[in-house]
Parts: sequence; structure tokens; C-alpha cells
Amino acid sequence: MSTTTEEAPAQRGRPSNPGERVAEWADGRLGLYKFAKSNLRKVFPDHWSFMLGEICLYSFTILILTGVYLTLFFHPSMNEVVYHGSYTPLQGVRMSEAYSSTLHISFDVRGGLLVRQIHHWSALIFIAAMIVHMMRVFFTGSFRKPREINWLFGWTLLFLGMFTGFTGYSLPDDLLSGTGVRFMEGAILSVPIVGTYLSMFLFGGEFPGHDFVGRFYSIHILLLPGMMAGLLVLHLILVFFHKHTQFPGAGKTEKNVVGAPFFPIYTAKAGGFFFIVFGVIAAIAAVATVNPIWEMGPYRPDQVSTGAQPDWYMGFSEGLIRVMPGWEIRAWGHTLVLGVFIPLMIFPLVMMSIAAYPFIEAWVTGDKSEHHLADRPRNRPVRTGIGVAWLTVYFILLIGGGNDIFATHFHLSINAITWFVRVSFFVAPVITYWITKRICLGLQRRDRDKVLHGRETGIIKRLPHGEFIEVHEPLSQQQLHVLTAHAQPKPLTLAPEVDENGVARKAGPIAKVQARLSQNWYGEHSQIPKPTAEEYEEITSGHGHH
Amino acid sequence: MTEIGSHNDVPENLPEHGSDHGHEAARKDPFANPGLPPHEFRRQDIDPKAARHSERVVTGLFVLSMLATIGFIACFVIFPVDKIVYIFPFGHVSALNFSLGLTLGVALFAIGAGAVHWARTLMSDEEITDERHRADADDQLRENVRQQWITGAKESGFGRRKMIRNSMLGALTLVPLAGVVLLRDLGPLPEKKLDHTAWAKGKKLINSNTSQPLRPEDVQVGSLTFAQPQGLEETQDDFQEQIAKAALMIVRLKPGDIKDKRERDWGHEGIVAFSKICTHVGCPISLYEQQTHHVLCPCHQSTFDLSDGARVLFGPAGHPLPQLRISVDGDGDLVALGDFEEPVGPAFWERS
Repeated sequence: MSTTTEEAPAQRGRPSNPGERVAEWADGRLGLYKFAKSNLRKVFPDHWSFMLGEICLYSFTILILTGVYLTLFFHPSMNEVVYHGSYTPLQGVRMSEAYSSTLHISFDVRGGLLVRQIHHWSALIFIAAMIVHMMRVFFTGSFRKPREINWLFGWTLLFLGMFTGFTGYSLPDDLLSGTGVRFMEGAILSVPIVGTYLSMFLFGGEFPGHDFVGRFYSIHILLLPGMMAGLLVLHLILVFFHKHTQFPGAGKTEKNVVGAPFFPIYTAKAGGFFFIVFGVIAAIAAVATVNPIWEMGPYRPDQVSTGAQPDWYMGFSEGLIRVMPGWEIRAWGHTLVLGVFIPLMIFPLVMMSIAAYPFIEAWVTGDKSEHHLADRPRNRPVRTGIGVAWLTVYFILLIGGGNDIFATHFHLSINAITWFVRVSFFVAPVITYWITKRICLGLQRRDRDKVLHGRETGIIKRLPHGEFIEVHEPLSQQQLHVLTAHAQPKPLTLAPEVDENGVARKAGPIAKVQARLSQNWYGEHSQIPKPTAEEYEEITSGHGHH
Repeated sequence: MTEIGSHNDVPENLPEHGSDHGHEAARKDPFANPGLPPHEFRRQDIDPKAARHSERVVTGLFVLSMLATIGFIACFVIFPVDKIVYIFPFGHVSALNFSLGLTLGVALFAIGAGAVHWARTLMSDEEITDERHRADADDQLRENVRQQWITGAKESGFGRRKMIRNSMLGALTLVPLAGVVLLRDLGPLPEKKLDHTAWAKGKKLINSNTSQPLRPEDVQVGSLTFAQPQGLEETQDDFQEQIAKAALMIVRLKPGDIKDKRERDWGHEGIVAFSKICTHVGCPISLYEQQTHHVLCPCHQSTFDLSDGARVLFGPAGHPLPQLRISVDGDGDLVALGDFEEPVGPAFWERS
């Protein structure tokens, strides 16, 4: 093979088409044709939910484009200046250069306000899309082997995305963002032993100092986006390598991938979708003001406005810090600030548990096989329940983070809301887990009925002897397949306490936990047996309707 | 349009259980995969008029985008940056921001809508199938790689020459320390910086709004006044750091309303001064209920009772607001009798 490919170019004539000539040139240097052979007609399955990841990719691209523009005008400096720009209410006010240059972008640079708002809206949408995309992957089990590492890449992108967002909205040094930075400083101070050192090193001395805008700037525009761009490329390479998951359906198996080719369908649809996302965000930025820093004024540590809220994706950490009781342990000349430190630790712990989830599930179920067909969430009630329980905690904490807003808008007592969140934090996820599991099992029963008895048509028929019946329509072969395509694994069981030779072997505590969890996952309380071929034959070969 | 009817000509596009085997399989297993359904043609595939219509729609969208871009440039030139207009239902908005955003939005959206409509109506919508391959290697390849690795490892002598290996690991472990040490000058050591503020014995309480010394008669029952130490100027270099610790709030209570004896003793005729910096995570406290003498931090809603040593009534704060001892000097102005006796603001490890 290799000898023939080495000889081939010499024999080939010069292509007449200029595009082809460029391709030839690139092929001789990059091996373009070999790469294109397996990728140009690569198959991408189609489903609306597969678009969510694209929104992440496109909003990230928009963030880079608009971010580079903003760096042309923004001054990442905390040097004090007296404002003399065109926004009259702040004339003559002392402020940092960061704040005054943000005012300059908003009021003096033509189109500057638009780009700032596109940037901020894109950030809000980027993180929302990442969370929804992650939920899709979670609920359909698309994180299972071989995609666990891509789950970790995606998770890291979300984690870094939140910090990029935080460092970004802290840059203008306005009263609201400065309050957020102060909150961060207070949280850092709560870290036992090293808290004050971390704070001094981060701020170059006492809060707020003259350094944090410059430091956040290089973190926000270089360090974090650089890491994210790298992870994003790895994420996409793995999507290409694994080939996309697909939902069960006619002609779709674990061994194939069915859909439209990358070129031209996916190129046109996905490429077009970039412009749609960009266009929609531009229109939002035209009509909806986001982060009007001029209304808040420059940051001063002794001033604050009411209703201070972080950007939405930081809301759950705000909720944690607001509803936590103010525990402080004072002993031997030291203070352990549990009231702040515990919420600070719950945040990474919750994130870590999400990162570890694919590995936990694989361990519990003992599943070592590859999966390319997406699960229907109802067929995995425990996983779906866990996902909903997690979302419940998330939304409960968002309520906690906005307890003052809820109190003033709905005329409720802030104490009552706080206590509601404290209790719900523990109780609500259990309730929603249970409800979700029941709903999933109910839907499984409905699928079973549909397979065995057909679809209810709503047509009532009267029989000659006067009996009324509803006409059931048998499902098509495709529908029958979709409703029965999922595997129903058996739970792991512990080996018998005494083996066949009468020698006692004890199961370790870890194995016992694994078996218990597996029973919970795949036991008879967690799945409705799907109809068997025999049951189906028996009913369909029988007489009359049911 | 050569794709039309190609379904039967491309056997590799069929799944394993093709439709010709479907019936046989269904007899054995009623739930068998019926295979990829036959392609259904769209109107555009069979009706040239419909196809031409789609073509016109796509072209129209691309032309619309061009017009919108020209509109964008026109708006950029026409509207002054400070022109405010009233647009229902958005209210008073910047004409430039509004027009630029909408024209740019249309210019981008129309390209996307055109491309997607093109793909959906005119490009082939026939589904194609590709095989998946396992990520892991077969036994032969695995053995091959194993041998390569063993050869390389042997040649390096990594396992045999333990002294080289251990000294290299030692060097690699130590060298990052150089980078860690370089971070030392990111900031000073904390020392006692958080324990002290700009307040000292004899410093007058300066009204933060009027910049005048506060006199007892300026402070009325029911009002909340903010103050800063004498000599602290906005123009000085460390103003932000100093005010972040020294910010003070002053209220006057009827002496009989003060429940805490020390609070009454540290005040002057019912005038008491507390740190304005919340002991939770450091927000400035600014909401005062004059009837109950409660103050509320607007950030996380910690509530303190100013009539009872500023103890925490509700919320996430862990300890009371520090009180500043005040009195009146010879000029009749309120003065501090010293610094706060405990660190202000959020708690930290070294705080006793």
C-alpha cells in the first residue's frame, strides 16, 4: 500500500480546479485527504437535544470574539481617576480606571455597549447551555463507557466557565461586582490556618488593594479561556472519535450510527446554527440591558446597594452562604468559621460528586460494556431520580440566594424563606427523588401496556350485543422496538457465604454496599419487567380486545 | 438530485437486519429492529416548483442579511452615540445600541436561517449509516505495544539504574518549588493587619456625607449616620483599604432602651457607634429599622440588634458587630476613645 501511495502523486496531472490545487498542496503537507476520507461524510445523528452542546460551542466562540474587542478599550487598572466622560451623573466622581474605561466603552465607543452586552449575555447563555447540555447527557446515560472521560472534560469546562464568568463580571470594579469580590474575600478568610495568607496573596495586601483587577484580568482573558479552549478541542475530538450517541429507533443499533453526513448537511445546519445563536444574542443585547454598571457607581467598601445578586450561575453558592447558620467555634485563640467554611466546601464537594457520577454508577451496576444508544430516562428511574434530586437542591439554593428578592416581590418573611430553604435542602431532594422514580415506573408500565395492548385510539365502538369497547391500535414494528430496546440488567448479588466446598468466605463491607446499591438500582422496585415475546404472542394471537 | 431513489443502490447503508430480513426476524422476535425505514421523499424532491420556491426563500434570506449589514453600517454612521429614543415597550433606550443590535441580529440570523432552510429542504435528507468501532485494541496490537514499551524501558535502564531514577524524581519534585517561591511576593504576610483600623484615641468622628465633625446634637433618635475617622481622605493611596475596616455607623437610642450595660457605657448619652462592616463576609450594613433598632445587611440578611450589643438576631453572621468607645472632646465633637477592641469584619483563623 505505502509504495503505491508514494508513487501516485508523480503520475497525477495538475488539477485544473484552483480549489483542488490548494487541497493537493495541503495534502502533501498535512495528509489532508487521509483525514477527510474518514471525516467528510462522518455521520451525525439528529435530535433536538443534540443541539444544546452546539449552543455552548457557539456562545464560547462569541465570547472570544467579543472579548477580544473589549480588551481593545478596557483598562485593567485600579489607579484612581476622576471621571470626565459623557455620562453626566458620575462627572467628577473618583473611580478606578477599570470602571471609567467600562463607562467609556458603554457611552463613548460606538457599538461598545452592544459588544459589552453581547459578551455578558453570551456568558449567561454559555453556562446555562452547558448545564442543560450536561443534564441531557446525564438523563440519557450518554456518560457511560466509552464517554466517561469526555464527561470529565465537559464538567471541567462548566467548572472553569463559572470562574471565568465570576472573574469577568468582577473586572468593571463597580459597586455590585466589588461587593461580590468582598464576599469572595470573606469566604477565603474563613479557610482554617491559611485563610488570611490566601487573602493577602490574592489581593496583594489588604482588601481591596490595587491589584485584583489586573490579576483577575489575566486570569479571565488568558489563563481560564486558554484552558477552556484546550479542553473544548479535546471534547470535540472525543465526540468525533466515539461518534455521537443516538436514541433507539428503526435501523439504529449499538454497532452503527445513523444520521446525516458531516458534509454537506451537518456543515450547513450546524454552521447555520452558529449564525442563528449569534443573531439571537445580538438581538437580545439590543433590547435587554444587562449589568448596567453606570447605575451602580464605582466600588467603595463602605457602600452597598440593596438586592445585590451575583450572576445567576453563582446563585446556588449565594444560597448556600445565606441560609447557613452562623456557626463559629472559638478555642485556643483561634476561630473556626464553619458558618462560611462549610458552604465554601459544599460547593466543590457537590461538583466533585457530579464529576464522579459515571464511575459511581458503573461500579454500582458492575457495567463494563460500551453504550452508544441513549437511555430513555424512564427506563433508569434511579439515575433519573438522582438527577432530579440534584436539580431540586440547585433550585432550592437559587431561592435561598435570592431570598431578599423573593421576600420583597412576594411579600414573604425573609426568615420564613430562609427556614424553608434550610429544611428543603435536606427534605425536598428526597421527595422529588421518590416522586420521579414513581413517575418513571408509571411510564414504564404505560410502555408495557402499549406494547401488549396497542395504542388507545379514543374511538369507542359498540358491539352487536351492546357492549362498548375502546379500539386499540397495534403499534408499528418500529414503535414496538423502541419501547422494548432497552436492556434490563439484573442487580449484582453477593456470592453465597459458604462456597461449594464448605469453606466460609465473607463478603467485605464494600461488596455489601455495592450489592445493596445495585439491588436499589436494578431490583424489582426499580424496573417494571418489559414484555417478553411470549407474552406478546399470547395476547396478540388471542381473541377480542382488551 | 441524483440522490433520489439511491436507497436501494447503496447496500452498505442498510443496517445489519435489512428490511428484506425484517419479516423473518419479526416472526422469531416480535420486537426485532425493523431496520432503517425506506426514505420518504419531500415535496422539494419530487416537485420542481417547490424546490424553486425553497431556493427563492434561501436566496431571500441571504439577501436580507446583506441589507441588514448595510443597515448596520448606516445606523453606525447616522445615530450619535448619546441619542436616547423612546421605543415601546422597551422604554428609553440608546438609539445606536438598539439599531446596531437589531440589524446585526437580523444580518446574522438570516444567514443561519438560510443555511438551515437550504439543508432541510434542498440537500439530501436521506439518512446514512456508519459502523462503530470499539476504542480498545485487539490482542495482537496490545501485545505489540507492550513489547515496544518493554524494549524502550529496558533500553532506558529506568528499572535497573535505581540511583539515576531516584535522583531524577528528586530533581523533578524539587524544581517546582522555585515557581512556588516566586509567588511569595504576591502579597505581604497578614501579621496583625486585620486586627487594627484607622481609629485611635482622640480621633474625631467625621460625618461621611458632610465631611464635618459629628456633634452629639447632630445625631437624632431614629436616624442612622455613617462616619469615618478624622484624617482619612479620599485622595490618599490606601483610602479603600482603610475605609473597608474603619467604616462606622452611629445611632442614638433612648438610654433606657439599651439593654446591654457595656454598650451603654461605651456610648455617649445613648449615642452608640458600631462597625459598619458585617461580621459575616464583610458587606457594609446599611438598613436600619428605627423602631426595633435592628440593622440588616443587604447582602446576606444578617440582622443585628443595636439595642443589645449588636448581637446576631438572624442570618448567617457568627458574632456581634464590634463597638467603638466614643465620647465628646473639648470642642464638643464626638471622638473615639481608642481603636476597636476586636478585629472588624469577617472572622478568620487568627481571630481569638
